[in-house]
Amino acid sequence: MSDRLKRVDVILGNYHPEKYKILAGAMERPNKDIIQDLIDSGLKGRGGAGFLTGLKWKFAAQVPSEEKYVICNADEGEPGTFKDREILTKVPRKVLSGMGICAKVIGAKKGYIYLRGEYKFLVAQLNDQIDEFHTYCDKLGLDFRVEIFLGSGAYVCGEETALLNSIEGKRGEPRNKPPFPTNEGLFGKPTVVNNVETLVSAMMVCKIGPDQFKKLGIQDSHGSKLFSVSGDTPRAGIYDLEFGLSLEEFVKEFGDGDTKAVQVGGASGFCVPRKKFSQTTIGYKAGLDGDNLPTGGSMMLFNSSRSMYHVLENYLEFFEEESCGQCTPCRIGCQQLKKGIDAVKRGIRPPEYLDQLLKLTETMKITAKCGLGQSVANSFSSIVENFREEMIY
Amino acid sequence: MPHTKELVEKLVDTYGRSRESMLPILQDIQRTEHYVSDDAMVEIAKQLDISTADVYGKATFYSFIDTVPRGKYVIRVCKTIVCEMHNKSGIIETLENLLKIKIGETTLNRKFSLLYTNCLGWCHMGPAMLINDEVFTDLTPERVREIIAIYKNKN
Ligand SMILES: Cc1cc2nc3c(=O)[nH]c(=O)nc-3n(C[C@H](O)[C@H](O)[C@H](O)COP(=O)(O)O)c2cc1C
Ligand code: SF4
Ligand code: FES
Repeated sequence: MSDRLKRVDVILGNYHPEKYKILAGAMERPNKDIIQDLIDSGLKGRGGAGFLTGLKWKFAAQVPSEEKYVICNADEGEPGTFKDREILTKVPRKVLSGMGICAKVIGAKKGYIYLRGEYKFLVAQLNDQIDEFHTYCDKLGLDFRVEIFLGSGAYVCGEETALLNSIEGKRGEPRNKPPFPTNEGLFGKPTVVNNVETLVSAMMVCKIGPDQFKKLGIQDSHGSKLFSVSGDTPRAGIYDLEFGLSLEEFVKEFGDGDTKAVQVGGASGFCVPRKKFSQTTIGYKAGLDGDNLPTGGSMMLFNSSRSMYHVLENYLEFFEEESCGQCTPCRIGCQQLKKGIDAVKRGIRPPEYLDQLLKLTETMKITAKCGLGQSVANSFSSIVENFREEMIY
Repeated sequence: MPHTKELVEKLVDTYGRSRESMLPILQDIQRTEHYVSDDAMVEIAKQLDISTADVYGKATFYSFIDTVPRGKYVIRVCKTIVCEMHNKSGIIETLENLLKIKIGETTLNRKFSLLYTNCLGWCHMGPAMLINDEVFTDLTPERVREIIAIYKNKN
């Protein structure tokens, strides 16, 4: 691999030979120091929204409450994302360490791993790890217990407040924010919801310190990041790479020589056409993230044999099915967008109708309640604007 | 159905008599009975002291909970973009021919149901499908024939 694209193997690297050593070290340190390290490290959430992890922990730590929760978000439903399963399969101890450190810092006694139903086959091996983790918690004097909660095939349950409702036994529909989970989360108690990879990264900050951590990655994107690479590529798989690389370098490394577009961040993310590869970098500075945008490291490559119309149609079908239906702009909007591009393609509507559909996605961005409805505009506009001819002919 | 009643009672004992137990209870009923019947929903509502509509709302929310009877082996083929690009339709065609049912249907002997699902998280090894909880990746029509032959011989 080229230099700038070096593999850093931070997330999936080998365990420390001594089990739960980093957790043990964290037990000896004041909570405020750990929080400060996390803030200094610049670590941002890996589940998509990119919120500063240190701040999230700080908020939850500040709220006085007997009952608090740590939740590991392993719902991983964004099309083209498969790295959390790899983490949970290969280095589950790192995830549990991260949860343990978080529990210690915020004062939580109970944690959940919200595991998507599609990964049910992992339950037995994870439970073995959890049992062992509990013995270490006891040894270290950490009053903390973790349980797996299994999802049942609903993408929207990955949205943190929908996830909370799902555990509470309600329909997995997103809540209004505020209040944020750090104040009123599971059962109304302060709760940290973090992505699987974020928890491992937080544990890495404790291990190598904020300065070392910051040295990985470029500019505003600190640390390494797992990328799920799929589509038209001879090298599909999971790669632990430094954050902040340019799309051009990425395509050189992973493309099949005929890459026409790359979808960054899954169906909720952006589609970048070839002519913009050189000016696009992957990371938080790149303008490829926004609030609630699940840029969980999904990279899907399309070569010139692919119809971008079919790609968009496939995404819209996904959103239409996965919308929880709670708010009208998203429920009706997704249906109308799908019908709309179909009508343009078949000549029932004029090409200008696409502009009306673009306006509809703008409305959805503003009025939809959660990130699902809000981010439909990302893929829709980036595909319709960059591949307009393909939408019409 | 006395059997359903007993099952729900047992599950309520296992998971606790509270609303939070609902999804785990629904999942277990789905696993043993291959769907959640109206009777089961009424019984859960009674046992947890919530409305039947509430249980129904929950059961229909999740795509892995079925409220119509399904086969013993539910095959869910990923139809999201990456699998779609890698010959998902060839896989579906093979399955439809082997099982003599269309997508969405269940075989007469109630052994197999064939359904679509969204991204399973195996895009780099697509096309992918689940049979109950088991994952199958890198599918080709030949591999599908082998897999189904094995399942046809299972009880
Ligand atoms: C529709 C939707 C689906 C989401 N799915 C996931 C998911 O599967 N995993 C995840 O970690 N975050 C997901 N998120 C983001 C979560 O709401 C939340 O921001 C994240 O879990 C916070 O963790 P982090 O700060 O560690 O990234 C999703 C958001 C939306 C709007
Ligand atoms: S935006 Fe869509 S998924 Fe989100 S709450 Fe509204 S209807 Fe549900
Ligand atoms: S697209 Fe089929 S597994 Fe992800």
